[in-house]
Amino acid sequence: MTAKKLGLKQRYAHMTRGLDWETSYQPMDKVFPYDTFEGIKIKDWSAWEDPFRLTMDAYWKFQAEKERKLYAVIDAFAQNNGQTGVTDGRYANVLKLFLTGISPEEYQAHRGFAYAGRHLRGVGPRVAAQMQSLDELRHIQTQIHTISHYNKYFDGLAEFPHMHDRVWYLSVPKSFFDDARSAGPFEFMIAIGFAFEYVLTNLLFVPFMSGAAYNGDMSTVTFGFSAQSDESRHMTLGIEVIKFLLEQHPDNLPIVQKWVDKWFWRGHRVLGLVAMMMDYMLPKPVMSWKEAWEIYFTEAGGALFQDLARYGLRPPKYADIATAEAEHISHQNWAIFYQYTHAAAFHTWLPDAKHMDWLSEKYPNTFDKYYRPRFEMWGQMAKEGKRFYNMALPQLCQTCQIPMGYTEPGDPTTICFRKTQFRGETYHFCSDGCKDIFEAEPEKFAQAWLPVHQIFQGNCGGATIPDVLNYYRMNVGADNMDYVGSPDEKLWNEWQADKIRTAV
Amino acid sequence: MSQLASLTLYHNDEARPIIEAIIADNPGVRVLNMPGAVKLDCEGSLVVKRASVEERLGRTWDPQEIHLVIISMAGHLDEDDDQFSVSWKH
Ligand SMILES: [Fe+2]
Ligand SMILES: [Fe+2]
Ligand SMILES: [Zn+2]
Repeated sequence: MTAKKLGLKQRYAHMTRGLDWETSYQPMDKVFPYDTFEGIKIKDWSAWEDPFRLTMDAYWKFQAEKERKLYAVIDAFAQNNGQTGVTDGRYANVLKLFLTGISPEEYQAHRGFAYAGRHLRGVGPRVAAQMQSLDELRHIQTQIHTISHYNKYFDGLAEFPHMHDRVWYLSVPKSFFDDARSAGPFEFMIAIGFAFEYVLTNLLFVPFMSGAAYNGDMSTVTFGFSAQSDESRHMTLGIEVIKFLLEQHPDNLPIVQKWVDKWFWRGHRVLGLVAMMMDYMLPKPVMSWKEAWEIYFTEAGGALFQDLARYGLRPPKYADIATAEAEHISHQNWAIFYQYTHAAAFHTWLPDAKHMDWLSEKYPNTFDKYYRPRFEMWGQMAKEGKRFYNMALPQLCQTCQIPMGYTEPGDPTTICFRKTQFRGETYHFCSDGCKDIFEAEPEKFAQAWLPVHQIFQGNCGGATIPDVLNYYRMNVGADNMDYVGSPDEKLWNEWQADKIRTAV
Repeated sequence: MSQLASLTLYHNDEARPIIEAIIADNPGVRVLNMPGAVKLDCEGSLVVKRASVEERLGRTWDPQEIHLVIISMAGHLDEDDDQFSVSWKH
């Protein structure tokens, strides 16, 4: 007689629990020195629940299968010269922003979860954090492999790790993850596991990747969805961690609420880059940022916070302001990059008439009234040989590090400007959200590495723009400036001409 | 206020029997097609039943195989040998 096969739940319990032990020759507090200073109280680590009952052997099996499928697509894409079949040469610019600004954060997530996986003393969250750490390493590797094919043809990709640590707009996502990784392990889990992975990454990986498919980039949509297939596990970890902390002790609620407020606002600011990629940089747009925000924040976030209300947790502070900003953020960001195209490692352009009509349709309350006139004026200026460049270095927000170009809530014609004093110095902010974050931890944020301040202090290669671009390792005239007139455009036009010749 | 439980899956051959099983087993499901992906939403909860998938697939199917085609989800998750579900119910 054969023994009865164990059910999934029992099998999982056998293969994960009991992996840890109470230390004897060193006190537990010395082995796990970082899981108490944040003030979080845990009474019973064994109350941790793992809804995905994935054991290590099943994990390796599924991940290997995902990799096999992904690399088959990447190979096929390269063999067929898939890069010549995307909708337009402009498309490559979303990949430049992705590889320089987002992929390095996958690596930061990998390191952060390795830290959480080492320093949380319960075995349940530790196993989950270790799996996620490996997933995030897989994400950056697959992204580098996929995009390296584009690097053979397009500018702006070659120096991505060097640029990530230096270039002004890349400090926005970099400082976001630096902030999370220099926090304690519980704050890291709420910041990245809950606020970023559960509440916000869908906005990046679902509609944007679907947009990559729509624009003919099968390799990018495949790495995107392959990464995202790990994401449902990450989202589950995020929701488990918040439930666990709130169930363990009532004193945890105010701490967790403060982190939810902080990381929601910080994530909202970082995702403004994605808003611009979706609304302006995809040659064939698939869904507007505003529509994506409605589905993934208003609807999905609404259901989530309704559920968490039973613990006394309320929706993030300034969620209403973030929702109102969904009407503006992509337009304001694209305008910033258009003005500073000489200092950006990807190309910019003005939306053409058809694209502007799409924006009018998607943003009936704001585009024609506030943004179309500006783009039309810049188009006219360019025609007259007076293409507008902003040569002044902008004031940056001390918290999110974005140039202070955003407008007042409810008044899109006035720049929003906030400030506060700390140790005799004045600090500037783009919003009440960013100001609150600073005021809660001024010692931390007063140390921020702000690209513009660093340039003025002489730490970025010199005092002139060419000096700074050299410090960025920017290939001037190829990586930066408008798409029209770029080597990328020239190459793209040659490919198109070839296709016509072959067809004839 | 509405609380949608949701699964987003690849829109490919491998996921098709799962998508069909979900549509059959969850009355009132809302289907949102995007290039490359399909988002399935249902008020309160959404279930994927092993038996329904196997019927369409013509082979045995382990609910954990959903890891290969899932893109995103919303709701609290529960899985065992016979089904995989997301739900906002307690
Ligand atoms: Fe990732
Ligand atoms: Fe992740
Ligand atoms: Zn800010």
